[in-house]
Order: sequence, then C-alpha cells, then structure tokens
Amino acid sequence: MLRHVALAALIGISLVGCGPSEPKTAGGPAMLRRLTQEQYQNIVADVFGRGINVGGRFDPLVRQSGLLAVGAGNTAMTVSALDGYDGIARNVAKQVVDEQHRGWLVPCTPASVTAADDQCARAFFTKTGRLLYRRALTKEELDSQVAIAAASTKILGNFYDGLAGSLSAMLVAPEFLYIQDTVDASGRLSGYAKASRLSFFLWDSSPDDALLDAAEKGDLDKASGLKREVDRLLASPRVEQGVRAFFADMYGFDGFETLQKDSLIYPAFGLATADDAKEQTLRTIVDLLLTKNGDYRDLFTTRSTFVSGALGMIYQVSVSNPEGWEPYTFPEGDQHVGIQSQAAFQSLFSHPGRSSATIRGKAIRELFMCQRVPDPPANVDFTLVSDVHNTVHKTARERLDAHAADPSCSGCHRLVDPIGLALENFDGAGQWRTQENGASIDASGEVDGMKYSDPAGLGKALHASPAISSCVVNRMISYSVGRPIASGEKPWVDFLDKSFKSDDYKLRALMRRIALADAFYAISPDTAKGAQNAAAN
Amino acid sequence: MIIKSSAKFSRRSALKGLVNGAVVTVALPFLDCFLNNSGTALASGAPLPVRFGTWFWGLGFNPGRGVSKKTGAGIEFLEECQPLVPHRDYINYFSNFNTPLDGRVTLVHFTGWVGCRTGSVPQQVTDIPAPTIDVVVADQIATGTRFRSIDLTATGNPRDSYTARSTGSRNSAEVAPLSMYAKVFGPEFADPNSATFTPDPKLMARQSVLSAVGEHRQNFMKTLGAADKARMEEYFTSIRQIEQRLDLELQKPAPLEACIKPSNPGEQQVGTELETVLNVHKMQSELLALAVACNQTRVFNMLYSQALSTLHRRGEAFIHHTLTHEEPEDPKLGYQAQVAWYNVKSFEAMATFINAFKKIKEGDGTLLDNVLIFANSDTNYAKMHALDGIPVMLIGKAGGKIKTGYHITGNGDPISRVGLTAQQAMGMNVSKWGTASMQTSKPISELLV
Repeated sequence: MLRHVALAALIGISLVGCGPSEPKTAGGPAMLRRLTQEQYQNIVADVFGRGINVGGRFDPLVRQSGLLAVGAGNTAMTVSALDGYDGIARNVAKQVVDEQHRGWLVPCTPASVTAADDQCARAFFTKTGRLLYRRALTKEELDSQVAIAAASTKILGNFYDGLAGSLSAMLVAPEFLYIQDTVDASGRLSGYAKASRLSFFLWDSSPDDALLDAAEKGDLDKASGLKREVDRLLASPRVEQGVRAFFADMYGFDGFETLQKDSLIYPAFGLATADDAKEQTLRTIVDLLLTKNGDYRDLFTTRSTFVSGALGMIYQVSVSNPEGWEPYTFPEGDQHVGIQSQAAFQSLFSHPGRSSATIRGKAIRELFMCQRVPDPPANVDFTLVSDVHNTVHKTARERLDAHAADPSCSGCHRLVDPIGLALENFDGAGQWRTQENGASIDASGEVDGMKYSDPAGLGKALHASPAISSCVVNRMISYSVGRPIASGEKPWVDFLDKSFKSDDYKLRALMRRIALADAFYAISPDTAKGAQNAAAN
Repeated sequence: MIIKSSAKFSRRSALKGLVNGAVVTVALPFLDCFLNNSGTALASGAPLPVRFGTWFWGLGFNPGRGVSKKTGAGIEFLEECQPLVPHRDYINYFSNFNTPLDGRVTLVHFTGWVGCRTGSVPQQVTDIPAPTIDVVVADQIATGTRFRSIDLTATGNPRDSYTARSTGSRNSAEVAPLSMYAKVFGPEFADPNSATFTPDPKLMARQSVLSAVGEHRQNFMKTLGAADKARMEEYFTSIRQIEQRLDLELQKPAPLEACIKPSNPGEQQVGTELETVLNVHKMQSELLALAVACNQTRVFNMLYSQALSTLHRRGEAFIHHTLTHEEPEDPKLGYQAQVAWYNVKSFEAMATFINAFKKIKEGDGTLLDNVLIFANSDTNYAKMHALDGIPVMLIGKAGGKIKTGYHITGNGDPISRVGLTAQQAMGMNVSKWGTASMQTSKPISELLV
C-alpha cells in the first residue's frame, strides 16, 4: 500500500504547477496553538517509538469556525488541563528511561546510576530536545535541562529518574505543548516555524530531523528547497496520518469519543462498532484520496470501502475475517453509496435510540458544505410533532412536515430536512430499513435545485454541488494555518478553489498547492510585530 | 537558567533530610484541628471553612408541577420536586427572576445557564461573556487546598461542564468516579487523621521540575503578542497552582474530624443511559463530599445532565430533550408524562447530592451547614425554551451566613440577583454583579445574615 501512496503522490504532484499564478495575500495573525491529543501522541511515537504508551487525560479542545484546529489557537490552559498534561508527561518520561527502552532511547550510559551525569544528560537532551521543541535548544535551555536532571537525581538518588524528571519538564513546557508561529526580525515566519507549519499540516506531527536541518540551512526560504521538502513529506507514508487527522476534524469525528447507542434498540451496534465505523470512513477516505489519488467528490458516490466483523453485522454482509479488515464494494443498485451512507455518519448524527433527519441534514450542510444552519428559535411549540408510534404521522417525514408547518421553523427545516430525510432508510445505527412504523420511507428530496429519489441520488447531488468542493478547500486552508481565513486571504481561497477544479479535485494536489504557497507562510504585518522573537531560531 | 536554589528545597525544616532518597516520617502537632467548645469554629478561633459549589440539571420542570406559588418561609415542593422535601429547610428557591436579553437572540439551552452563572448574556453559542460564579468565588476562597476546584459530570462527556473563566478557558470535567478517586484520594493523598506523615521525595522532585518550567515565563512571554500573553498567563498561573499543591502535599495536613478516606469505587460504566448516570452521579457525589470534608477543595461543580439533556432510558427511542419538545401533553394528566418522569429523576439526583453533604458530620452540624450550592437549570418550561423564571436554588447554610427554607419571588428582576446574593453569603466584598440589564447591586438581603 505504501508503494501505491508514493506513486499516487507523484501523479498528484505532476498535476500541480500550471494555470494562473497564486495571488499575493497579506497573511493572517501569528498563532500559538495547543497540540491536539493526536499530535501529542504522534510526536511521542515519532520521537520515542510506538512502544511508549501515551495514556492519561487530555483536555478537550473547543470547536471554533468548524474546526478543533482553530479552537486550539484560542484555548487556555486551565489547571485541570495542565494537571492532565503533567500526568501524561511523567508517564511518558518514566517509560522512556525504563529498562526496556533506555538502551536505545538514551544515547549513553551514566558513569554511576546513583549520581548525576551531566555529559550523558546533555547528550540526551541535545538530540531529543530538538525534536520536542521543534528547533535547536539554546545553550541556556540545554544547561537548564541538564541542571534539572542533576537536581532531580540528587533528590531521587537515581540518574534515570532524574533524567525522566527533566524530560517531563520539557513535555509540559509551552515550547512543546504549543505550536508557536515565531517570526524573524523582518516579520516573516521563521524557518523553524515554517517547518512546524508544514509537518503539522501534512503529517499531523512535528518536523523530523531532515526538515529541521532544512529549516536550519534556510532551505525553506528558497523555492527549490521548499519544493524538495514538501514533495518529500507528501511522498511519506506519514501523510496518511495527516489526512486522517484533517478529515477526523472536519467531519466532527471527535464525537465518537462519547458516542452511545441503546443496546436494546440497536443490539448489533456493539462496543467495537463505533471504533470500526470511524475507521471504515477514514480508510475509505485514505484509499480514494491518497492511494487511488481520486476525485474528492467521489467520496459521496463511492461504493468501495472496507468492512470489519462488527460492521458486517450492521451492513448484513459476509466478512471472511471477522478479526480484521477487508475491502468491500457494495453492488450496483445498493443504496450504500458514499461516506454519508456509512455507519460512521449515520450513527454519529443520530440519537442513541433513533435516527434524526434534522441532525443529519444539519451535519451535511455544516460539515460537508460549510453552510451555517441558524440556531432554532426559542418559544417554539413542537406539539405537532408526535412520537414514533403516532398512528397519524408514522414516518419522520410526516412528523417533520407537520412540525415545519410552523412558519418560524420552516426556514431552517427547508434547508436540512430534504437532505436528512433522504437518509431515513438508515436507522440510528446505520442499518438499512425500508419502513418505519409499517409505512414506507420516502427518501426523495432536493438539495440546491438538484432532485433525487433515494440515498444514492443524494450522493450524486452532493457530488455535483459546488459547495462540497469549495468547503474542503476552505476547511483545509483554515486547518493548515490553525485559524479562520483572514479577510485579505479571499483571493487565495478563490484561486485554490479554481485550482482544485483544474486539478480534477485531487486532494494531494490541493495539499501541495497550499504547502508551496507564499500565502501559507504569510504573517500579517500588524501581528508579526507583536510576535517577533527568537530571530536566532 | 539555574534550577531552584537548595534553600527552597530545605525551607520546611520538618522535611530536613529528605534529599538523596532518604525518607523521614514526621508526626507534627495538631494545630487548629480541634474545634472550640461550641463546635462552630476551629480551636484557633478561625471559623470552619465555607465551601462553594454548583449543581446543574437540564430542562427545568413542567409548569405548575415543581414548586407552588406560595412564597416566603416554607417552600412547597410539588410533584416533580418531591424528592427535595426532606431537605427543604436547607434550600432557598427562587422564582420569577428573569434574563433580560438587551436585544440579543435567545440561544436555546445556552443563554439560560450562561446568564444564571455569569450575570451576562452571551452573543453566540460558545461565548462565555464573563467568568462563571464558581470561578469568581474560587478566586477569593480557593487557597490552602490541593485543588482549586473539582469539576464533575455524570454524563460521561468531559465537555459537559458549565464552569469557565472565558470562552477559551472552560474547565472540563472528570467523568469517571475512579479517575476522580485516583486524582483526589490516590497515592498523593495524605490522610489528615493519620498519626504519622511520610513525605514523598518524588513530590519534591516534581516541584523543582515545575518550578524550572515556571522560571521560563519571562523569556517565553516576551515572544508573544498581547492576546497570547493573556492566554499564557493562565498557563503559568496553572503551573504555580500545581506547585502550590505539591507544597501542600509535602506538609502534614491538619487533622479533620469529618474526613474519612473513601474506598476505591472501581471501574464504572459511564454514559447517558439513565441508570448509568444515576449510578455515576451518586458515586461522584459521595466522593466529592468526602473530598470537601477532607479539605481537598473548597470549590466544586457537579453536572447531572446537560442543558440539552441526552439522558435516555434503556430501550427507549427518545432522549429527555427530544421528549420535552415532541411528547404530547397527556390529555387526562394535562402535562408531558414522560418528561415529568425525567424531571423527578433530576430531583432525586439533586436530593442524593444534598444528602451526600448532609450525612457527613462536621462540628455541631453537618457539612451542609458549611457549604453553599448554587443549583440551576437552563430553562423553565423546556418545551418552550422559556428563559423567564429559570429555576435556581441556593442550598446549604454557608456557615450560618444565609437563612434557608424560603421561596423568594423576583417579580421579574434580573436573575443575577441570586448570584450576587450567593457571593455576599460567601463573605465576598462585592457590591454589584453582571453586565448590561443583568447588572445588579441588589442582593436578596432578607436572606443574608
């Protein structure tokens, strides 16, 4: 699969580089973003290996402007949040120096295990510190880490315990926990900050040694050097990690952390189903957009996916290996078309014990099309909407039609209901059904002038909607810089929107255009002034 | 940069000799632990500490079925609030206090609780226009305990937490009884009633580590713009608060008669299925009351159900929130019967919470005599998202600083009057609270002692 990824990367890359030139923009503010849970875990895995368990309580981020990545730039560190990070840091540090790992993670052996060894500690932090802070440590910082290790060793009577204490200090330091847009004396993003911006965008992790080397040499300030590094990062298997993180954020998959289904109503939706549902959609995305370098819009019409044993129960399909994953293509005529028909979307945007056309319709408008659905008005009488056993209004369509007869409700429901009702053939767990309360489900509808009669038709309508492609462009730009798009960046957004079309809606091409753009690294002059620092970095 | 000086390591003479891995066991003298003869204060003359907390339930109650219109002494709890009857002498109930919007739109299931708790009206969902009342009180009283605040939710989702300093600074909640137990009563808990005390050298090492991080403050802050500086001030404040906790953990705590270390609750399922929520809520309530009795915190927040409550009965298709809008009124009963059932469960949970404090003896009375709990919902009649008359209660006697057992009607006054009253009952020197039309300088003075 990795070979396919690399090959697909080259195909994608070849598509970029023609057409009109990128407009200049004033950029946006310098940001200070808290690491997400996944970024923290990815960094630990990249620096110390996947054998280190990153357990503990991560403080949740607040979603802003549609993305947790944006919320990360506005979230404070409360004491309870820091408590969690402190515990995680100590746990990670303890494992790094334990007998199982120290042999290959600590590059030296102390002269005595019961005494401080500044030379050994310095060797450890010179290498590790650079990867954790995403820049070379200053002499003062390095001296400090060595001194903390020595002081802790003195208290605890053990070199490795002291080293772990000093490492845990790095792991709770703001230089590690926050991705900082440092700017140089001329107000431009520093080389190290460019490296971080690139690697967190494309890999959802910190820069590797090679990228930091490139930053140190100034290569990222030159077109050829930047191109070389962007293409290297895009060709890496780690780009799958980056793509997963982006879509998990854009599609609101953090909701899976607390997703629950009623086991009496949906006995097939077991403990493993939620995890597998999320994984299925992410696999579908990676397969179509990275491995096959496909058209983004095809996500909404694809029949090709992957299934596990738990999902076989939901889709009523045979799975040869219930313990693993296998490719599966729903046959022609089947209504499982597009990621919006998969169990992840259907279960996430439903109630614990029933489906919700309104929630699903709202999710498609907001998450897939970047359209804001107004909040419901206050003082609404919902009496017209009856219960699911109502003998008059048997189906969700009938109940919602009755409800939307209220003029104060009809405006929003006209936006969301026709979309959500097209998915009523999927119950709250994503299982196919043709009837509700003995009445046939009518899945017909219309979205932005495009009519359809079934869930597959909705997929085609979404595929054809310009909002679908422009939404992913908007979200990806915002995600990549960790802030809402600035007003002065609209020409760049429009340019990328058009380029996405001319690139046949290939995600890799879009990612590459963003990563190579001057606008991606631009810091607005007013904010750069306030954030100037560490020109030495 | 240099690490902390050795003077700091040895500033507590009782802990001399702790370095180099050696552990000493010290038996410190009882200080102000003994109560005076009347049982109302510590022997040192200091009064028993008064603690502050909040309790939240979503979706209010059905009109005419919570509390009768009779005001004054002797609250008349009706059908849905019956579980509160045994505790009514410890409760003040507030009706007809409103949330003036000043032209802003009602953000359903959001404006209500934000208004009650901040004295301000939000402009958009996620906007927290001012610190919530628990944060305001904690800024005044949260000293001398290991935790500035303990924040819990029974719903299994750490985001279900209505405590915040600002929009970007929301305190997330502990969700599992076991995680709360581990945090408060785990290895770092020192039983105040134990005759001996063994300080852990690891705590001293951790303190020096965090101190080193804190010493970076000046260098780091000068690299930031103004907005980020404000945000990072909170980070460094948090560092200092953890350092202060470690400092406390290195000292022998003063004995506390009311403190009993609870047993480990074990792994519990969490989620929004009602029986699960009730079980988690009961365990969390009991652990929390003991944490307060053991002087681990003086501020706490407990959320039973969200404003947009997703609580549901096993096997039932509808969640509580959906029922409030979609369940028809029973033609014979004249109200939403299933919603009423959920409402009774909310007040059973509230009674459980109150009882957890009431059953712990402290001084001449109980822990409930020395706490003040601000309990509120997000709406009055949930079916209509009614913001007028959101039910709010003050529970506990605040160390004798507030009269209890009264039903107070606000006659349309801003609901911020309740919050101002609570702050003054907590002894805070505050004369007005809230913003715009919610700003008030009128506490409900007839309740204040």
